[in-house]
Amino acid sequence: MMMAQAQPPAPPQAPATADPMITEKPGADFMVDTIKSLGFEYYSANPGSSLRGIHESMVNYGGAGGQYITCCHEESAVAMAHGYAKIEGKPMCVFVHATVGLMHASMAIYNAYVDRAPVYLIQGNLMDATERRPPLDFVHSAQDIAGMVRGYVKWDDNPMSLQHWAESAVRAYRISMTAPRMPVLVVADMKLQEAPIPPDANLRIPRLTLPHPPQGDAAAVEEAARLLVSAENPVIVLDRSARNQDGVDRLVELAELIQAPVLDQLGRMNFPSRHPLNQWDRARSLLANADVVLGLELLDFWGTVNAFREQLVHTSTPITKPGAKLIHVTASDLFMKGNYQDLHRFREVDVDIAADVDATVPQLIEAIRKLISPERRRVFQDRGARLAAARQQQLEQARTDASYAWDSSPITVARLCAEVWNQIRDEDWSFVSFSKYLSRWPQRLWDFKKHYQFNGGSGGVGIGYNAPASVGAALANRKHGRLTVNIQGDGDLMYAPGVLWTAAHHRIPLLNIMHNNGGYHAEVMQAQMMANRHNRGIAHAPLLTSLADPAIDFSKLAQSLGLHAEGPVSDPKELGPALRRAIAAVKRGEPALVDVVSQGR
Amino acid sequence: MYRMMTLVLTVFAATLAAQQGDAGKGRQTYTKVGCWQCHGREAQGGGYVGPRLAPDPIPYAALEAYLRSPSGDMPPYSKKVLPDADLRDIYAFLKTIPKPAAAKEIPLLNH
Repeated sequence: MMMAQAQPPAPPQAPATADPMITEKPGADFMVDTIKSLGFEYYSANPGSSLRGIHESMVNYGGAGGQYITCCHEESAVAMAHGYAKIEGKPMCVFVHATVGLMHASMAIYNAYVDRAPVYLIQGNLMDATERRPPLDFVHSAQDIAGMVRGYVKWDDNPMSLQHWAESAVRAYRISMTAPRMPVLVVADMKLQEAPIPPDANLRIPRLTLPHPPQGDAAAVEEAARLLVSAENPVIVLDRSARNQDGVDRLVELAELIQAPVLDQLGRMNFPSRHPLNQWDRARSLLANADVVLGLELLDFWGTVNAFREQLVHTSTPITKPGAKLIHVTASDLFMKGNYQDLHRFREVDVDIAADVDATVPQLIEAIRKLISPERRRVFQDRGARLAAARQQQLEQARTDASYAWDSSPITVARLCAEVWNQIRDEDWSFVSFSKYLSRWPQRLWDFKKHYQFNGGSGGVGIGYNAPASVGAALANRKHGRLTVNIQGDGDLMYAPGVLWTAAHHRIPLLNIMHNNGGYHAEVMQAQMMANRHNRGIAHAPLLTSLADPAIDFSKLAQSLGLHAEGPVSDPKELGPALRRAIAAVKRGEPALVDVVSQGR
Repeated sequence: MYRMMTLVLTVFAATLAAQQGDAGKGRQTYTKVGCWQCHGREAQGGGYVGPRLAPDPIPYAALEAYLRSPSGDMPPYSKKVLPDADLRDIYAFLKTIPKPAAAKEIPLLNH
């Protein structure tokens, strides 16, 4: 058998044309021009090569305006944008690197989606397999990269030309800012970024015009007004209701017009905490006695008017009495997706208005004004006087409740909040943490008046939101000179503590007060529930919920990341001085942290 | 009449039982079985998840009845998880918790 002899390799041939190595007009420059047209103040990112073209153009071609914020995790970058959006009322731009970055970012995107917050994502990818650098670009690319988050972004696109990219980029901004506001994603293909702009491209950046938000149907709004004016015991329930200070002012105007009690579920800063009509502490009895309930952009209307009892057999009973008329105004009905169940139980209401609350409340106020007779006005005044007296009692009760275990160590959450309030009450402050894990003590003890003084919660209740969202909110507050205050859970911070470095690196002033209760306290309670239900108790084990062995030294952690930090503080008498020193650091333009050894809730 | 006497005797027995508890052990048990999670380390109440239990705890019989078969979301404590003797200790601990200073006497609570 003859063996074939190996042939010598052919000599390399000279390229038929010159090998182009330089372009001074990459597609990324046009992308940056487009991004600039959208007016972002900040761009957050954990850098990655799938966006290297835009990254270089942002720095060297420039002109995009704004500041580039370096993040240590994509979840932090997106959650920062989430916190920023609620303070500033517009999106921040987040650059997300390839498959791996989007996977990291996905939790924070879901939170923003459920919380109806606009976040603008530019996503790196490379579709053309022949252009991919082996092996990295293959594992970092996907044929439909937005697919992994499509269930919880409002819109996405994967443009195939620069003109297509510009139109999609402007379209995405417009969609994100149209109620219900949500995250959007536009893919910036690597080839599109890095290839030269074709000489005959004839590119044009479309003009951005935001659509006016939809008002409620006039007849439906008039029906709602008629029900509210004729009601003897109306109740107004708020959640993600006010988008800015005008929104707060209009909600106050609406409530005062009919002297109706307001129950604030704290999805946003909706209503002044010490207002005589703010009646959260009486929520259950007011709803039980209500003949008309008006919900304005509630996440869960069903859960508002039904009591759910969680024992071995789950049961529910209506809170409202039979015949009570239920009205809901929500923009969520204008955009629905099927997979994720943030739509909650089906609500059975009498007047269902699919519209934007900000746009509809002025319309409702005018409709109500036309219906108020002198007799009804007197009824409203009497009701208002009764509610004001009840509110005064609630405020006094809150202070009495806070006095119990006042000198206890670990420090009670009530004492912690009272100490913080004592230090910030004369400042222009902005509290940016989720209050549920603080038993609403800030709302019970502090005087919230302005929209930026509270920033709602995470939406999806994905832990790890609070620390980065607070940094994002503080970034928005920085140019206004506000003192941003974050009472920070220990479990939440440990998801991605690198965001503290971001705050230090970019000189973002932020007062962090650790609510260091040594564990995932919500889960401690859940574990207790299961252990008792199974008749075994928790006496023998912490059931995987503790962060106490070893105890985390948050002040050392924060110091290592460049923050002024103190603690752990376990004596309540030491808390005030520690807070004063930390606030002094924040006023110098730095982030600071005080670690407080606290009780559970 | 018979029912009334039974009720009186039950309350008396429950009160007597409560007086027999060991407050020191009760503090430890209060922590060990997880009461603190919702009601606070000093039974001051969490405001959002669990009401205040002390000072001035509700009558022992009422506490026991609720704890064994709660009407709300609280996890049920069977006698296996929390024997009567341990509950008596906890009740004794709750009775030792003093009243706080009036809120009006605490400057931080008057802003």
